[in-house]
Order: sequence, then C-alpha cells, then structure tokens
Amino acid sequence: MSILVIAEHDNTSLRPATLNTVSAAVVLGGEIDLLVAGGDCQGAADEAATVAGVSRVLMADDPALTDGLAENLAPLIESIARDYSHVLAPATTYGKNLLPRVAALLDVQQISDISAIESPDTFVRPIYAGNALATVRSLDAVKLITVRSTAFDAAGQASAAPIEMVSGSQEAGLSKFIGEELTRSERPELTTADIIVSGGRGMQSSENFEMLESLADKLGAAVGASRAAVDAGYVPNDYQVGQTGKVVAPDLYIAVGISGAIQHLAGMKDSKIIVAINKDEEAPIFQVADYGWVADLFEAIPQLEEALDSPSP
Amino acid sequence: MKVLVPIKRVIDANIKVRVKADESGVELNNVKMAMNPFCEIAVEEAIRLRESGHAEEVIVVTVGPAQSQETLRTALAMGADRAILVEADPAPEPLAVAKLLKAVVEKETPGLVLLGKQAIDGDNNQTGQMLSGLLGWSIGTFASHLEVDDAAVRVTREVDGGLENIELVPPAIVTVDLRLNEPRYASLPNIMKAKKKPLDMLTPETLGVDVSPRLETIRVIDPPARAAGARVTSAQELVDKLRNEAKVI
Ligand SMILES: Cc1cc2nc3c(=O)[nH]c(=O)nc-3n(C[C@H](O)[C@H](O)[C@H](O)COP(=O)(O)OP(=O)(O)OC[C@H]3O[C@@H](n4cnc5c(N)ncnc54)[C@H](O)[C@@H]3O)c2cc1C
Ligand SMILES: Nc1ncnc2c1ncn2[C@@H]1O[C@H](COP(=O)(O)O)[C@@H](O)[C@H]1O
Repeated sequence: MSILVIAEHDNTSLRPATLNTVSAAVVLGGEIDLLVAGGDCQGAADEAATVAGVSRVLMADDPALTDGLAENLAPLIESIARDYSHVLAPATTYGKNLLPRVAALLDVQQISDISAIESPDTFVRPIYAGNALATVRSLDAVKLITVRSTAFDAAGQASAAPIEMVSGSQEAGLSKFIGEELTRSERPELTTADIIVSGGRGMQSSENFEMLESLADKLGAAVGASRAAVDAGYVPNDYQVGQTGKVVAPDLYIAVGISGAIQHLAGMKDSKIIVAINKDEEAPIFQVADYGWVADLFEAIPQLEEALDSPSP
Repeated sequence: MKVLVPIKRVIDANIKVRVKADESGVELNNVKMAMNPFCEIAVEEAIRLRESGHAEEVIVVTVGPAQSQETLRTALAMGADRAILVEADPAPEPLAVAKLLKAVVEKETPGLVLLGKQAIDGDNNQTGQMLSGLLGWSIGTFASHLEVDDAAVRVTREVDGGLENIELVPPAIVTVDLRLNEPRYASLPNIMKAKKKPLDMLTPETLGVDVSPRLETIRVIDPPARAAGARVTSAQELVDKLRNEAKVI
C-alpha cells in the first residue's frame, strides 16, 4: 500500500490538520508521501519533510498553485494519484473544496470526514450531524478520503525525509483569487485548542462577547460560537462550531448561552469535558454537559473569572 | 442566462433521527421530510438573480424517489419556473448524482449551477465540487455572498480562517453556505400556482448514466452516548471540580 496525503499549508508552513491526516495514513499503514502543492512553498515543504511517518515529500511549485484554487490543483493531483492506493486530505474547507473535484476526475466515490479506520477499505464516518455512525466499504481501486482531524492525534516530528519535485501543473484560467479577510487572533486556534469558551445567542451582542474573550485569555482558551451568534454578527463566521462549521474536541468546552441544538452538538460533543452555563434549566445542552450551571451568564462569567484568580481551598 | 438548482429531499433538520435496529440505516418511514436547508438557500438565491434581471429562468432538479416531487413543488412555489425529477430510489451516491446532473446541464445549458454546500443527511459535501470536475467548470464553494454579471461570477467564501474572495469565469458552479440569504416562505397562492408549473420526469437510463454504488454500507449505529453529569451552583464549585476532579485546568 502507498498513501498520498495532500498537505494543507499557506506556502510557508503547514496547517495543523495536515498532521492529523498523516496520523490517519499511519493507521492505514504503508509508505506515505506528503504532497505540498503551492507557489514559493519551500518553507512548507521543509516543514513537511520533518513530519513523523512521511517517507517522501512531493513538492509542486508553480504560481498557478499559490492560492490553492481547486481548478488548478485537481489535474495535478489526478495525474499522480493513480500511483497510490489511498489519497487523503484533511476535512477542512481546503480539503472539502479540493478532493471531490479530484475524485470526479478519477471516477471515484470519495469518503468524507472519516472518524475511524477499520481496514484499508473500510471506514467509519458520522452522518446526520453525528446522530449516526456509518461504516462503509469502498469498492473503488483508489480510495479518496477526507479525515476528521479531531479523530486522529497530530503526527510528531522526525528526521528530514527527502523532497522531490513534481511538475505538470497549469493555470486552468477558470478562476482567480482576489483576496481574503482572515480573522487575526493571538488566541489558540479553535481546532487545536485544549480549552474552548463558546458563546451563543444568549450573549446578545458583540460587546458582550468581550466578556468571553477575557475569560478565554485567563484560561489560555480559544473562542467559539454557535451559528445563531455568528448569524447575528456578534463574531466572524470562522468561530462557528457545529455540523456545518468547525468540529472541535478540546479537553474542556465551556458553552455559554448556547441551547444545544443537534447541529451545534455535532461539532463539540466529542470534547473531553463539557461545561454548560445557561439560565434555562431545560436547555438540551445540559444533557451532554459534565458540569451544568443554571445561571444568568452576565452574573456567572464575572464570578467565574474571579474564582479562577483565587486558589482552590 | 438559465440557472439550474439541484435540490435534495432529506429528513427535516428539526427531527432527531433514529437508527434502525437492524443497523441497516436510519428510519425514514413516517418521518417528516423537507428540502435540504442549503438547497432552500440556493433556490432563494436563484430566484433573486431572476428578480434582479441577472437570470431569465430558474430550473430546479432533483435525483431521488417519486416523493421528491413534493420537494420540487416546494421550490416551484418559492418561485422556480420549472422542475425536473430524475427518478432513482434511493437517491444515488454523490458521484452518480454529479454524473446525472452533468447530463442535465448538457441538455439545459445553464450559465450557473447553484447547489447547497452539503446535504444534511449524508453530510458528504461533494456533489457541486464533483459536478465542476466532470464539466471542467469553475467552482466557488461555501458562498456567503454572490455577484453575477456577464463577464464574471464573484464569490465570497466562508473558509476556516475567515472569508475569501474569488472570481469565476462563467459558466460556473457555486455551492452556497448558510449566511448567503434568508429563504422566503411560499405563499398559499404561489403553492396553488406551483401545481401547474411544468415538471419533467427523467431516469438514469434515459440519461445513460450508471448509478451503481461504489460504497457498501456495512452498518449504521448510534454514536456513543454522553450522559448528563453533575449540576454546580457556584463559580467556586465549578472551578474546584475542573481543577481537582476533571483536572482540565
Ligand atoms: C442546516 C443547518 C445547519 C446548522 N449548522 C449549525 C452549526 O454548524 N452550528 C450551530 O451552532 N448551529 C447550527 N445550526 C443552527 C442550530 O439549529 C441552532 O439554531 C443554533 O445552534 C442555536 O444557537 P444558540 O444555542 O446560540 O441559540 P438559541 O437556541 O437561541 O439559544 C440561546 C440560549 O441562551 C440562553 N440564554 C439566553 N440569555 C441567557 C443569559 N442571560 N444567561 C444564560 N443563558 C442565557 C437561552 O436559555 C438559550 O438556551 C444549523 C441549523 C441548520 C438548519
Ligand atoms: N439527489 C440529489 N438530487 C439533486 N441534488 C442533489 C442530490 N444530492 C445532492 N445534491 C446537491 O448537492 C448538494 C450537496 O450535497 P452532498 O454532496 O450530498 O452533501 C445538495 O445541497 C444539493 O444541492
């Protein structure tokens, strides 16, 4: 068996979900090649070479690949994928955008968002917002898979693997990257944070979210949100946790003013410890919370900050 | 320009699904079905493009069992002009759906295909991307803003880091995200009018597409249950528990 892992990166460094995807490849077993396709991407390729488990880095460096446009990337991946038994990408917006286009070119039915591997052709994946787990066997010659990063640990570091150049990319002339508005934050990233403080509609405004940010800073936590909080404009879209947002599984998830709709639970119910703070004792979030506190959040959050400052008796 | 909108009939988003005892799938009998919420957003956007003069006709298409006609009628009641059912029971996998949609695109020659980013049953998030690959068309996934003119389709995409702006050469495929618009409700007069709008029936055979599955479902089970834990009544108690019992801070 030989496995191609598609690295997600910003040309300078790897995005963290790449490391979890490599771990899934290690579970499959076999030689692992890590593809870094980008423009001026030597930095990312050098980092890729130090990922434990990787036999070889394939580097495709071309201006057409700088912005990660699927129309330009897919033909390149199609041209090398046939040499592999498996092609894996992270189930991030990057991987979700790209891999199905490759799958169509290869005439393969992709398996999305796997959370476990039973054998080289059999995989477990959540369906219906995680309300059911399906085990599926692929009959395709090449398996194309996106990997749920919270289900696999991040790969560690090892001594450098060789980097080989691959070519064959072309500007398809179909789409153009214009620009991006990325959310800048000093806090840990949502998908890799050990602790997350998340707010919902109960926060009532973006100003009030500052309370959660201050609590998060005290805990070294990331800040997340429900769809309702994002829709209301309290926080940017990339804060959304859930079925159609980010899937997270931190050691501690604190849900504040979030009711616990199934679509929200889909994104956080694999967290190790869940705390819910909600003034409605009937809120469904309490059914999954290890510690539930029925309280008005506007009183509870300042009290919690104060309690964190004082040592436990 | 014509806009084609592929839509899917799924279990209503507000229903908690039940796994069948024989582990073959989830219970679909006597369960409330509805249009996939992302598809509603796609239909709404297509109608707005027609209302603002950027499109002449909105065609909705679904691949699925005969009952999917109800979902098509809902889209017609929202304002779509005509509908196509490609009858297949159960609905095939995304690759086969994309192949059927490609055949429909070749018949209808739309300038834009608007799909949902994800169907909330299988959570696959594949069909639009696959269709773009099969057609060799440009693609903008996870759209939260869309502008269309003759020369270009401009898409704002919701990505993990924030927002990304891209420009597509038409004809284009766009998959829509939650914040693109707020779908309208169909009014009663429009529901009545929709009954008279054209609905064509096709089959995978007439379109010449092989829809045999590539995945075999071995089993479908409940996820591990999470039990409710303890209640706390003060900040100090919560902090003590997190420090000394759960040991997570
Ligand atoms: C197709 C689809 C996809 C979706 N995807 C997602 C997704 O990815 N992520 C997601 O989160 N949702 C998603 N949703 C939306 C989901 O169904 C819920 O509508 C949403 O999660 C509700 O957000 P909320 O809990 O913040 O708001 P609400 O349900 O309104 O809950 C607010 C809570 O705050 C509490 N509260 C109010 N004031 C206070 C106070 N002062 N102190 C303490 N508590 C207070 C209330 O008791 C209530 O429980 C999706 C829905 C659909 C249809
Ligand atoms: N059976 C189907 N018939 C028509 N459109 C579909 C079908 N399945 C998926 N789609 C379209 O593809 C989108 C994404 O679905 P999926 O790839 O299954 O998550 C949906 O929102 C629809 O727009």
